Amino acid sequence: MSTSTVDLQHDPHGHGDDGHGHDDPHHQHHFTTMEQQFDTSKIGMWLFLATEVLLFGGLFVGFGMMQARFPEQFKEAHEHLQRPLGALNTVVLLVSSWTMVMGVLSARTNQRKKLVIYLIITILCACIFLGVKYFEYSHKFEEGLLPGHYYTHHGDKIATVNGANGYATFFSFYFMMTGLHGIHILVGIALLAWIAVRGNRGEFNSSYYTPVDLVGLYWHLVDLIWIYLFPLYYLIS
Amino acid sequence: MAQALTHSDPHIGDRPRPAKNYLNATTGIWSWMTTVDHKRIGVMYLVAVSSAFFVGGMFALLVRLTLLTPSHKLFGKVLIDADTYNRVFTLHGAIMVFLFIIPSVPGSLANFVLPLMLGAKDVAFPRLNLASFYLWCTGAILAVTSMIVGAVDTGWTFYTPYSTTTQSSVGLMTMAVFILGFSSIFTGLNFIATVHKLRAPGMGWFDMPLFVWGTYATAIIQVLATPVLGITMVLLALERVFNIGIFDPKIGGDPVLFQHFFWFYSHPAVYIMIVPGMAIISEIIPTFSRKTIFGYKAIAYSSVALALLGFLVWGHHMFVAGQSELATVVFSALTFLVAIPSGVKLFNWLATMYKGNISLETPMLYGISFILLFAIGGLTGIFLGALSTDIHLTDTYFVVAHFHYVMMGGTVIAFIGGVHYWWPKITGRMYSEKWGRIGCSLVFIGFNMTFLTQFFLGSKGMPRRYYNYLEQYQPLHAFSTFGSWVLGMGLFITAAYLLASLRKPMDAPDNPWGGTTMEWLTSSPPIEHNFEEQPVLEHEPYDYRPRVKKHA
Amino acid sequence: MSEHTQNPKAEAAVYLKTLIALLVLTGITVGASYIHFGSGAANVVVALTIATIKATLVALFFMHLLHDKPVNGIIAVAGFIFLGLFLMFTLLDFDTRENPLPRNLPGVVTPPPPAATTPAPAPEHH
Repeated sequence: MSTSTVDLQHDPHGHGDDGHGHDDPHHQHHFTTMEQQFDTSKIGMWLFLATEVLLFGGLFVGFGMMQARFPEQFKEAHEHLQRPLGALNTVVLLVSSWTMVMGVLSARTNQRKKLVIYLIITILCACIFLGVKYFEYSHKFEEGLLPGHYYTHHGDKIATVNGANGYATFFSFYFMMTGLHGIHILVGIALLAWIAVRGNRGEFNSSYYTPVDLVGLYWHLVDLIWIYLFPLYYLIS
Repeated sequence: MAQALTHSDPHIGDRPRPAKNYLNATTGIWSWMTTVDHKRIGVMYLVAVSSAFFVGGMFALLVRLTLLTPSHKLFGKVLIDADTYNRVFTLHGAIMVFLFIIPSVPGSLANFVLPLMLGAKDVAFPRLNLASFYLWCTGAILAVTSMIVGAVDTGWTFYTPYSTTTQSSVGLMTMAVFILGFSSIFTGLNFIATVHKLRAPGMGWFDMPLFVWGTYATAIIQVLATPVLGITMVLLALERVFNIGIFDPKIGGDPVLFQHFFWFYSHPAVYIMIVPGMAIISEIIPTFSRKTIFGYKAIAYSSVALALLGFLVWGHHMFVAGQSELATVVFSALTFLVAIPSGVKLFNWLATMYKGNISLETPMLYGISFILLFAIGGLTGIFLGALSTDIHLTDTYFVVAHFHYVMMGGTVIAFIGGVHYWWPKITGRMYSEKWGRIGCSLVFIGFNMTFLTQFFLGSKGMPRRYYNYLEQYQPLHAFSTFGSWVLGMGLFITAAYLLASLRKPMDAPDNPWGGTTMEWLTSSPPIEHNFEEQPVLEHEPYDYRPRVKKHA
Repeated sequence: MSEHTQNPKAEAAVYLKTLIALLVLTGITVGASYIHFGSGAANVVVALTIATIKATLVALFFMHLLHDKPVNGIIAVAGFIFLGLFLMFTLLDFDTRENPLPRNLPGVVTPPPPAATTPAPAPEHH
């Protein structure tokens, strides 16, 4: 019969009669080409990022509504957050985004050592971020600035009436949003470490760097969320 | 041009049945538990959601049995007390919505059929597909656990402030819903990527079957709406544990804010429920009318329009909740707008049937039932969207009847029709057509007995979720309960003959209905890799003109 | 792959310039927070506008959206659009309620009740 028949049962990669040996080991059987696979992975990752935008976005909406409900208390509560520390964390994350994208570039240009170095610096930046957050959280714990019915801070200007405590609500959102963000950073560190180990083993090169690219996208989203968190919590008063 | 697989292929129809298909290619339970084959995952989902439907249905029968008389007695003894009644209807709702309807068509039928319709070998992310299924299982286990350790009694809508203060196991159930949400998100994500990137050569966007368009529109909603449900559950759980002060008015929160959060997902969720059902009908009607679909592009666009407009109407669940008047009016107007795409589809299906060569096999019986029952359900939605009537009908049995008409008369009917339509493809066997007609008749009659009655109950003032009711409502309640028995019998018969068909030998033809979409090109059941040769699209969708069978 | 690797040096330069721009914008937004732009709402608008510019830079350059296939950009924007719809309609409700806050909340000034049009019933004598 016709030699251009593509016989998928015996030649799952669709490359013609010699379907073995020349194939990328990462090539999944249901994709015709590696490029199709890469493009599909990208779409999948962006869809996941969109879900993260809506997940965090819900918290932003809740924060916004509660700010409208307790404007004075939220304004006063803001003053407990230290602007320099927030700014430092912002800078740290922006730098980590840069090292991440430089890592992706290194993978794409077959520079294994540079990839690993950039990834390690990214992880270090993430750890610095978490360290600063730990310092900030300790301060809040000391002052009794805790969420919900654990709030024990004294000296607030507006008294609590019938359990309605706008300050406690502010700190509930503070811990929820920075906490969820922190969890994403932890997951990010794990992903970055995994990519760094694989990169060190030489698994990535100019024809296959998809995991680095996708982890990079995730990491940039973590940075993006902080770009909005920072002004909302630290700069508006 | 490659000699590719098409409907004109002279071998279609008299090809020998392949010895190995997706069901027996590998054996053993481990091969099923670790499968990444979309067909096997679809079958597992089918079993899973059918089990959930059974459990939810049992709870429904118990609700109806309790309401048979105002004294709630059966054979002289009170069946269940009021607290238990609250738990029973909550679990009926939560199981049906989260464990059955939302995952049903996407997880089972779409999973099985979508790659075949696209001429693909699998979905974009097969391992993610399996993960979605295991997330469903985890959510199901948590939901069952929550039932056992102090079942939720808030209604499936978890309204605050009751849900933040009740002692029932809201925490476990919110965790279950959170996890089930991610199952849904990953399925949607998978399907969007699949439709974008894995179409057969020659298949542009407007050559795809309408089932694919419907699945794609549904997937958009799954990806964009479900995360908000996730964060709502997180906020509810944290409110219960920490009293964060967002939803509970006692500590300065706003219970209506919870409703905004909840319905921002849950209204689009009802489109996750109905759009796949409509997508199935868009396949069944042309096939059993042997006529091309009327208004292909209109139906395709209306699926996407429903998905997008569905995000703009959630406030119509909150007309009397304390929402501002302006918001109420805006949401009401948008609700009228969102009815239009559904209407477009209904008229297009009818136009398809007009002057068609109609045959009334079981899938078509379900298809026609869908058109009638969804029309009633959709129209009664308009009564509820109009503010002046909603004031009287809200929170009555009218609402209960409306959503059962669209969800059960709509989605479940379409789901059962789709299961029949693709049964030969999935199992390699034909079900008994005689019993199919009996089952469908009983389901149709029983359904209307149960729920048409409830429109009258509601407009006469019977509130929903009430354990006690006035004597005057008893005849209608009793009739509705009798209907539930007929409906239950019809569903049992349907399950029975479908399962019985599995004992027959695998003798279904490749294309028993004469369908024109690509899944009918492969064997019944398909081989593991779906197609022996990459199919290439050679004709417009739903082209029923006779094709040359053999070379001259 | 689909992305150009012809000129890595040029790409690296773009990334560095983006980082510098982001750091500068961070400085600006911190500085702006010390200035009072009239109402509190104006400060919010300024801060969020700068944040959006930063986010756009990250998305276009670090996340490669500028040179990527359009579908990815559409997905990204769609997420933000639907979030915006959620915010907008919920605000529509909250901002237009006639009696938005419960009377027992601290710091709430309730409007005086409307003047009665019917005379109050005469008080009972014990």
